[in-house]
Amino acid sequence: MKRAAPTSIGHLKIEDAVKVYRSRNVETLAVDHCSLDIQPGEICMIVGPSGCGKTTLLNAVAGFHGLTSGRITLDGELLCGPGKPMAEPGPDRVVVFQNGALFPWMTVLDNVTFGPLSQKTMTTSEAREKARELLADAGLAGMEHRYPEQLSSGVRRRVEIARAMMNDPAVLLLDEPYRALDSLTRAMMHEALLEMHARRPVTILFITHDLEEAVFLGHRIVVMSARPCRPTLQMEIDIPHPRDYSITTSDAYRGYVESALDAVHLEAQKSFAANEAEARP
Amino acid sequence: MGDVMQNHPAATAARKSRTLRAQAAAGARIAQLLLGFACAFLFWYLTVDVWQLPRFANLPGPSEVFSEWFSPDPIYGLSFYTPDYYWHILHSLARVGVAFVLATLLGVPLGLLMGWSQRVREYVFPLFELLRPIPPLAWVPLAILMFHGTETPVIFLTFLAAFFATALNSMLGARSIDPSLIRAARCLGAGEWRLFSRIVVPGALPQVFSGLQISLGVAWFSLVAAEMVSGEYGLGYLINTGYSMATYPTIFIGMITLGVVGYLTSVVIRLIEHALLRWGNDEQGGRS
Ligand SMILES: Nc1ncnc2c1ncn2[C@@H]1O[C@H](COP(=O)(O)OP(=O)(O)OP(=O)(O)O)[C@@H](O)[C@H]1O
Ligand SMILES: [Mg+2]
Repeated sequence: MKRAAPTSIGHLKIEDAVKVYRSRNVETLAVDHCSLDIQPGEICMIVGPSGCGKTTLLNAVAGFHGLTSGRITLDGELLCGPGKPMAEPGPDRVVVFQNGALFPWMTVLDNVTFGPLSQKTMTTSEAREKARELLADAGLAGMEHRYPEQLSSGVRRRVEIARAMMNDPAVLLLDEPYRALDSLTRAMMHEALLEMHARRPVTILFITHDLEEAVFLGHRIVVMSARPCRPTLQMEIDIPHPRDYSITTSDAYRGYVESALDAVHLEAQKSFAANEAEARP
Repeated sequence: MGDVMQNHPAATAARKSRTLRAQAAAGARIAQLLLGFACAFLFWYLTVDVWQLPRFANLPGPSEVFSEWFSPDPIYGLSFYTPDYYWHILHSLARVGVAFVLATLLGVPLGLLMGWSQRVREYVFPLFELLRPIPPLAWVPLAILMFHGTETPVIFLTFLAAFFATALNSMLGARSIDPSLIRAARCLGAGEWRLFSRIVVPGALPQVFSGLQISLGVAWFSLVAAEMVSGEYGLGYLINTGYSMATYPTIFIGMITLGVVGYLTSVVIRLIEHALLRWGNDEQGGRS
């Protein structure tokens, strides 16, 4: 497999994850015996029909809720599993949210230094220095004293990634982070993310609806089934990193997008049929 | 990026035209405001002095009120030139001030805690919801029984409604924070205290301040009611005695003063809000 650079941390393993939502008298099986093994430094793209349970899976890794059964380990350490109903959210697994979650009342610099200053792993001046470096690397020098509202949505996403990377996380969890962006900005975000990954090959678990995004970014694409969520198809994307937008015209790229499209289309049909059946008593 | 755009000639021109437009808009607002006042005074003048409509005939017209107000030797004993006038204002201001500060100091932390912690909410909120609908006036007998003197019952009554408004809005503010922000802060390793002080408090602040505006309004409302019941100074007392002693221009002076002073206090709160919530109301985007 072609990885950006060898790293040893960030081996995320999900084994037989099951999640049932119970609310009053309805039980929803959102994730059903789902297993995933994500290698250190891998960019793993998750695609699947709407409402199939992707966010549920990611949130269990992040520690926002527990699993009904199964286990999640990070570099061999148990995050969540037998005897540990729920993972603790922590700076080793930072989430970047769909609608962005920069703190509006803090400047870019205060946002980016929030992590290390919360964990007390750095002094204020150390954190600021590192933040300036990270921001400069991401092409965001000069933005330090702006508030999030004064930034374009693309810049906000990049700041958020920089804020996550400040903690040297083992895994970056991205839940459709670029969904609300226009396609031009999104293309820029993709290249920026890959550049960042080339500098610092963190493991990435990335949820998306956009198959082109999945093929462009991922080492691997995992297509999830309609609810309950489990992997139905895994595709290695054998296009060498670092990639840039010139690859999107190549036959290999087109081929991957088409086969991913077929797989997702099939699942979407199943999910539609299942909903129809549910609607008919 | 944005930096480069800032100094571009087109950007400078755009900024200049924006300032001009803003000035024109401010001018139009002042004109509208003056026109509104002029209409109100004209209506007052016409109904009382010119047409002398049946129920308006007993009232003093604007000319009578204003000549009394500006007279060094007022017929009914109260004008800009009498120390008593300022004594009344000062009393009311001090009472509202004490009550409002107490309501803020107690109401904001309690409200934020109720919003933040489900446990606290479960204990406090039912009691809170039961007491909140009781109008301040219904507390009058209790206030007089509970507190000595004339000042403390009035301040207590003024405090009550203000406290409930502040606490309720602070609670709603804390609950309205985007859950993603809280999750993000947890991911970044924030402990409970840091989460509360750096995320919950600033996140709730806009709504806390709208609560303070409401709180100030109801504080003035209850103050005047309380001053009418007990007290020997204050604008509410002034208006009430103006009625019982049939010194009608004094009623108008008291009412208009109350409006102006009340408005000024709410401006003070708004200024504090603008100073604290810098991140939310900056349109220029060029601070550095
Ligand atoms: N807290 C909850 N209680 C009950 N059911 C829930 C809860 N959260 C999600 N669900 C249900 O679980 C299923 C999976 O939800 P999830 O958000 O994980 O899907 P998703 O794959 O992320 O969807 P999308 O692509 O729309 O983001 C959905 O059918 C949803 O209705
Ligand atoms: Mg989702």
